[in-house]
Formats: sequence, C-alpha cells, structure tokens
Amino acid sequence: MTELRESLIRKRYAAERRFRIYGASALVLTAVFLALLLASIISQAVPAFTEKTVVLDVMIDPAEADPANPAAGNYDGMVKAALKQVLPDARNRAERKALNGLLSSGAGDELRRMVIADPALIGQTVTLPVLLSADATLYLKGLQARVAVSAGAAPVAIAPAEGGEGLILTGPGVSTEPGLSPGQIVMSGSAALRITAVESGTASAEALTPIDASLSALTPGTWKTLSFSAPEADRRTSDLQATWLEQLKDAGRIETGFAWRFFTAGDSREPELAGIRGALVGSLLTVAVALALALPLGVAAAIYLEQFAPKNRLTDLIEVNINNLAAVPSIIFGLLGLAVFLNFFGMPRSAPVVGGLVLALLVLPTIIIASRAALKAVPPSITEAALGVGASHQQAVFHHVLPLALPGIMTGTILGLARAFGETAPLLMIGMVAFIADVPHGFTDAATVLPVQVFLWSDLPELAFKNKTAAAIIVLLAVLFVLNAAAIYLRRRFERRW
Amino acid sequence: MFLWAIVLAVLMASGAFLAGRRHALALAVAGEARLHSLPSYHGLLLGAAALIGGLALAIVAGLLLGPQSPLTPAAAVLGAVAAAIPLYRRSSVDFRARNAFERVVMLVLLACSAVAVLTTIGIVFSVLFETLVFFRSVSPIEFLFGLHWSPTGTPPSFGFVPLLAGTFLITLIAILVAGPLGLLSAIYMAEYAGSQLRGVLKPLLEILAGIPTVVLGFFAALLVAPLIRGTGESMGLAVASESALAAGLVMGMMIVPLISSLSDDIINAVPQSLRDGSYALGATKSETIRRVVIPAALPGIVSAFMLAISRAVGETMIVVMAAGLAANLTANPLAAVTTITVQIATLLVGDQEFDSPKTLSAFALGFVLFFFTLILNYIALRIVQKYREQYD
Repeated sequence: MTELRESLIRKRYAAERRFRIYGASALVLTAVFLALLLASIISQAVPAFTEKTVVLDVMIDPAEADPANPAAGNYDGMVKAALKQVLPDARNRAERKALNGLLSSGAGDELRRMVIADPALIGQTVTLPVLLSADATLYLKGLQARVAVSAGAAPVAIAPAEGGEGLILTGPGVSTEPGLSPGQIVMSGSAALRITAVESGTASAEALTPIDASLSALTPGTWKTLSFSAPEADRRTSDLQATWLEQLKDAGRIETGFAWRFFTAGDSREPELAGIRGALVGSLLTVAVALALALPLGVAAAIYLEQFAPKNRLTDLIEVNINNLAAVPSIIFGLLGLAVFLNFFGMPRSAPVVGGLVLALLVLPTIIIASRAALKAVPPSITEAALGVGASHQQAVFHHVLPLALPGIMTGTILGLARAFGETAPLLMIGMVAFIADVPHGFTDAATVLPVQVFLWSDLPELAFKNKTAAAIIVLLAVLFVLNAAAIYLRRRFERRW
Repeated sequence: MFLWAIVLAVLMASGAFLAGRRHALALAVAGEARLHSLPSYHGLLLGAAALIGGLALAIVAGLLLGPQSPLTPAAAVLGAVAAAIPLYRRSSVDFRARNAFERVVMLVLLACSAVAVLTTIGIVFSVLFETLVFFRSVSPIEFLFGLHWSPTGTPPSFGFVPLLAGTFLITLIAILVAGPLGLLSAIYMAEYAGSQLRGVLKPLLEILAGIPTVVLGFFAALLVAPLIRGTGESMGLAVASESALAAGLVMGMMIVPLISSLSDDIINAVPQSLRDGSYALGATKSETIRRVVIPAALPGIVSAFMLAISRAVGETMIVVMAAGLAANLTANPLAAVTTITVQIATLLVGDQEFDSPKTLSAFALGFVLFFFTLILNYIALRIVQKYREQYD
C-alpha cells in the first residue's frame, strides 16, 4: 500500500518536473530564435560596413579636364588609366573590360569632387584611394568563393610545351605538399599561370598574363598558388581579375575603410555605391508627419473619452471603433491611403506626407489607448481639489491632470512612433516602394522609408545587396532600440505611483 | 502656397489672441464691474475663432481653386478677420468668454475623437466601393467559390479559395508554433519564474514583439527557408524554396509574444484563492495549473488565440518575403502557397489602373480580410466580456 502511494507520488513529482521543463524550454526556444535572428543578421551586416579601395596615382590630365568647368571632366577615364599603369598586362578588349570592371562605376566621383574643390590640381598627379566594384570587394573579403593562398615551398621548372600551346611545369613543387591541382593559379610577381592538368609530377598550364620567356624556374618563396572553392564559371570574379587583385594586394595598394558612404549616399543600382541616407531622411519626414498628426489628435481624443465624454451611444460607438481599429491589419490602412488620399484627393504618389497620413491613422489607436491609460492613472483627488478651489472642469483637466499624465502619454507616443518607424506593408500600397536615388528634400518629394528599403534590397539578386539589407536592418533596429530605451527611461524617470 | 495659408492663419490667430486679451484688460481697467472671464480667455476665444475661420476659408479656397492657388493665403487672412471681428465687437465685461471658449474646445475634442470613426468609415467605404466595381466584372459566386486564382492570366480568373486555403495553412502552422510556445512561456513566467527572472524574460519577449515584420521576413527568406529546404531534401522530401512551413514558423515566432503577454495577464488575474484551494487538497503546482488555473483563465486564453489568429491572417511582410506567389490549392506545408495579403501587396505595388479587375480584385481581397479580422476581434471581445470575472 505504501509502496503504491510512494510510486504514485514519484510519478506526480516527475510530471511536475516535466511540466516545469516544458515551460522553461518554450522560453529557451524563443530566446534561441531571437539570438539566431540577431546573430545571422549581424554576421550578414558586418561586411557592408567596410569598403575596399585601391590606392592609385592619378594624373589629372589637362586634356580631359577643363579648369573653367571641372565638373565635366572624364575622371573615370583618368582613374582607369591610372589602374592600367599599375596593371599593364591587359592584352585585348575583353581583358581591358575585365580590368576596368575591378573599379566601381562611381570610381571617378571622388576625384571629381577633389578637382571641383581645387581646380589647381589639374595637371598634377594625386594619390588617392579609388572605390572598387562590389564584386572585387566581395572577392577581397572572401565572400564570393573561399580563396586559399599557399606559398610555393619547392622549386618548379617551367618550359614551353611541345607544339607551342601552353607551358609544362615540372620539378618537386608540382607534387610535394601541397602540390598543384587543376584550376589552381600559380603566381610569381606579375606572371600568372592556370594549371589545366596534372599528371605524374608534370603539370600543364596556360598563361593568364603575358609570361616573360626568360622565366624558366620558380624558386621557393617567390611563388604562390591560389585555389578557389568554386570553379571560375560560378564566380563573379574571373581568374584573371583574381590575380590582378592579388597583385594589388601584394603591392599594398588595397585599403579597407569604414563605409561612411553607406550613411551618406542615396540608393543606387550599384551595391558599392548604395546607401541609406535617402531612406533614413524619408523615414524621418514620414514619421514627423505621422507624429504631428497623431499626437494632438490622439491626446485630444483620449482627453475627451476619458474626462468629458457623456455615457451615450456616440461615445460607445467611438470606443468600439478605436478598439477595432487597433486590430485592423496594417495593409488595410494602405488600401485606405490608396483609395482615399491618392485616388480621391489626388495627393502625390510616394510622398512622405501621404505615408505620414496613413501611419498617423495606423498609430492613432495605440496613442489613444496609451493616453487614456495615463489619464486614468491620475487619481480623481487631483481633479476634485482643482474643482474645489473653483476651477472649471476643463481648467482642472488641462492645468492639472494632463501635465501629470504627460510622461505616460509620451511613453505611449514613443512606442507608437517605433511601430510607425518599422511599418512597411501600408507604404507599399501608396507607392513608397519605387527606386529613388535622390535624398528627398520635402514632404511632397518622392521618397522611400527604411523598412521599405530593406524590402527592396532583400529582393535584389546581388550578394552584396544581401549584406546591405542586413546592414540597413541593423540601423533600423538601432533606431527602434533608441526609441524604446527612451520610452523605458521616461517611464522609470517620471512615472509616479499614487 | 497652402503651407503659407496655414502659417498666415496661425499668425492671425496669435494676433487675435493678443488683441483680445488687451481689449479685455482695457475693459477691466476702464469699467467698474469685474470681468466675467480672465482676459486670456477673451484672447483665446478670439484666437480660436480666427484660426478656425482662417483655416476653414483657406480649405474652401484650396478645394475650389486648387491648393497651389495664391488666393489661399488671402482667404486665410480674410477668414480669420471675418471670424474674429464680430467677437471682438461683442466682448464686454459680462461676456462669458471662458464658457464660449470651452464649448469650442469641447467640440474640437469631440471632432478629434470622431477621427477614429471617420477612419473606419473611410476604410469600409473605400474598400466596399472598389469591391462593388470589381463585382460588376467578376461575379461574387466565381470570386468566393472559384478554385483558380490567376489575375494576370489570359483569361484572368479570380477564384479566391486557393488564397483562403493558403492563408489558413500558414496561419495554422503559425498557431501550432505560437500556441504551445506562447502559452507555456506565459505559464512559466506567471507561475514559476521569480521576479528577477521575470525581469529578464519580459524584455526578451518585448524585443521579439518590437522587431519589424520586414526583418522577420528577411530572416525567414535568408535562413529559415533554406534550412527547411536543406533538411527536407536530406530526408528525401521535395521542399519548395518558398515553403508554407518557413513562413508559418517565423510568423509563429512573431505571435509568441502576443499570446504570451496576453495569457500572462490573464493567468495573473486568476484569484490566488483558487490556487490555494487546490494546494490545500494536495495538488502539485502543475496539477493546479492544468486543472484549476488554465480552466479559470480559458476564456481569456481563447480570446488571446483569436487575436493571434487575426494578427497572423493580416500579417503581410513575412509572407510577401517568404511565401510564394503561385496560388496552389494544397494542404502540404512543404509546398509553396500564397495568401490574401501577398496577393493584395503584389497586385497593388507598381502602377495601378483603377478600371482593371486585376487592381480592383485587391480591394475585394482587402474587404474579405477586413471583415474576417473584424469578426475574429469581435468574437475575442465578446468571449472576454461574457466570461470575465466568473470566479470572483
């Protein structure tokens, strides 16, 4: 009998422990999800915050730039010429195109700015960092395909192959560890060979860059091999471009800097030139409109409903409405904006003012509900005391209750703003989803906002834009974090318990 | 130009405020009797009248002549003067300026509250109007019961059933994830966690709740969908790259904080006496929770689930980024399905022609979505109202 009872108790205690573990593991799972989310986004975002440049000595050709009109000069051409001086081996049109492809399409912009600022530079040679293209940058960051560089430890002899096509590599360097394998590139100075086949200690190779006929042997320490985790066809950087980038790296010309451009540039089709300035300004303008509308409307509505509204049908209707609006999907507000503001009132598409209007309606219920809670928390004795010394009801509310409720109202408003700042779906409906390269200057300029920029970039196929998307998300989350921290600070600092 | 009209109206109102206050002060000094209202109320009344008059006339002028017309600022000045002058003439020692001003304030407050009603009316009418236009070219029967959705096909077909099925499939997955996770988290936080642990766990869930859905959508497309595809393929299953499972899982994580915070409040509201009674009968903590606390909190929990379903059905960005575009009528969570919100977003992004059934069908979908979420919210509200405080 006792045994039975004890085993029953043991069972019940085990069930108790199990139940407790279920609860804890639900929370752990949620935390793991959150950690995974943040970790994957941060790890994706990190590369977007640095940019790679190549230091070039650019001769500012007086034939290409006019001191009277420095903005019109052919600066891209000068930068390309400077790169060609460093890497002179491009033999034909396709190779020259590949060489120029290492540079960003905005490579000459920095030089143009310098010359516009100081036209006296024309005719001189300046040394400046020039932005590399997104593909070259990804190669250098090792994000496109993994590149293993190993130093050649043993000597290799080079001889022209019989028949004149290609080269034959022999010697201990071919087979001793790590050895050579097809697809690898052998580099020595500016000479580069691609291994095509390896057979019993002999490797055949083809020249990637012009090879000096006197180069007949590679001594240990003077050569190295590059091996890639993906074949050339699967990479956006060709073998030739890779050897050029390695040469620039060996010459110490590649520099890594913080990508300030990401914060100062508007959107662009080129990943290395694209920035979030336009979206950030658009977000600020949109949220400013939303705040300017929703805060006074929301507070006024809350004061009315909480302090003055008579108990009647109309008040009930308004209350039910506000509660319903709080739960209406945000995309429906986009439909409202499209049908009413754009179609009926003929307001401009993509404009922050329309976005602000839609977001104001979206966060209005949030602000009203938070403000009502804050007003309700002020004890009635405050009102009664004011009424007792002869204040009118409105004087009691506006002079005494409202100032005491203000911290709570501000907290609710900031949380509403945070919601508006992260909202995407309704803005897609009113055209804030267009590609806009310019930074908006006013409330009616075409603009986009930060979450929509995230959405736009996430849709692009380029790998570099994946990093940009994650970086934009980091900025978005940082803004939300600051807003929420401000709300928490306000709550801690000013909240009063009566 | 309209901005100038607003600036001018505000300037005129400030001028009217100063003039009114001065006039009242002069009256108070000159007359023997005391003023009924403080001088600033005379000023405020004049200022409010000038502002409302100026803005009203400027808006009328803007609507008649276009907002860029140079006459709108003039209209603002004219309206302000016309509204303020008669009041200025009327003001006297006995003039009840405070009462008049407070009536104006009350009307303004009422008008602000009515914005919520106006928004609802705006939503219903804008969506309803376009839906009716849509039903002129596509019969409601075809829309509600058609099994094929392809608005851009030739000929286009607008059968809404596959969208509904896709929406329900993703919502179901989301609730299957979020229901147990959210409820168990809430139980743990309310019944087991100490105040210190709660102080860590609550912000954790608040962070998750505050993450914009576009970020969750990116995460779903970047990591979760390839992960599920890889796992599925290693087990020999055919998984679509935009599977319903990926979108549903991430959406489930999105609504975990919603369910857990609502359920947490409800569980905390269950009176302690119920627990004490159960303990006194010898029940363990988990038995008390399962047999006493949860049944007592059930109406609230059901209503929390209703709100969560409504959130999941209306959620847009996660499914736009992680779910498919093809309207497949399937119950396979590994296949790509599309949802109502995805279709609304894809049909309305870019240039719209308001005469084509393709654009209008988005409004019909919006109409369905609006009423569906409305009904869910209403049921949630009624459940809480009906069963609230049953045990007190």
